[in-house]
Amino acid sequence: MAGIIGRKIGMTRIFDEVGEQVPVTVIEAGPCPVTYVRTEKDDGYAAVQLGFGVQKVKRAPRAETGHVAKAGLSGAPRVLREFRLAPDQAIEVGQSLTVEQFEPGDRVKVTGTNKGKGFQGVVRRHGFTGRPASHGHPLSRNPGSIGPGTDPSRVIKGKKMPGRMGGVRHTVINLQVVQVDPEHNLIFVKGGVPGTRDSFVFITK
Amino acid sequence: MADVLQQVEKVRLRDDLPDFAPGDTVRVLYRVREGEKERVQPFEGVCIARRGGGNGATFTVRKVSSGVGVERVFPDQAPTVKGVEVVRRGRVRRAKLYYLRNLKGKAARIREKRTS
Repeated sequence: MAGIIGRKIGMTRIFDEVGEQVPVTVIEAGPCPVTYVRTEKDDGYAAVQLGFGVQKVKRAPRAETGHVAKAGLSGAPRVLREFRLAPDQAIEVGQSLTVEQFEPGDRVKVTGTNKGKGFQGVVRRHGFTGRPASHGHPLSRNPGSIGPGTDPSRVIKGKKMPGRMGGVRHTVINLQVVQVDPEHNLIFVKGGVPGTRDSFVFITK
Repeated sequence: MADVLQQVEKVRLRDDLPDFAPGDTVRVLYRVREGEKERVQPFEGVCIARRGGGNGATFTVRKVSSGVGVERVFPDQAPTVKGVEVVRRGRVRRAKLYYLRNLKGKAARIREKRTS
């Protein structure tokens, strides 16, 4: 359990020992100071609050600055986020979590805000098929009928329609950790992760 | 950010490959795994393209084998590419020699680069 906060650096490829190419996303993660610990007794669940990055103290909310000062931090982290703990894990305020908690071969979840795609139609946004390209069809990528008529004379809630796509929180599960570089605080996971380069991502086991 | 990525790649970049360019005839020593045993299978032909940079760089080698054109794309950084030998330097005026695909026999020859 627990996890780490990181920053997506970009993608590249590396070669495994057999010589196969492995597409990897490089994430600069941690070290994340533990700023608060939630316990079963006090909060009903066990978790740690981690910080990552730095920001100017004058930009940080005062509440946050004060809160992290209790954990012995000067300045204010850019991101604060809670990660659930396994019941037997004991982590204390003042410790730091690093990429060393992950090992090559581990399966992780990576959460981030995916790239905004703007206003998209139903074909792209919801995977509608549109009309066939040939055999005399007019060009069309429209949604077709959106429901019955006079009865119920409304459109059912949740109907898939065109609209804003992307720019929302998204999690990719079951990504394989390929390599960990504690010296540079880097972690390499196989495949893509949500978000643009430089965006924050959260990695959990 | 991009700098970090470049550094990540740089650590791994190999520098044992000789300088070669499109037009050169090269001999690629390619490691082949057959069950447990590993052997080197050379592939000799004209390099018709080099593309990409860093970890993603590849080059394409073309040869005509018993009348059939064969092209293989090798990643520069692949450990399966044991080495590259330059057999002959060719003088060409393009970076990508895809036009060779439409030529055969005498027309597909490449002039040797004169070094003095």
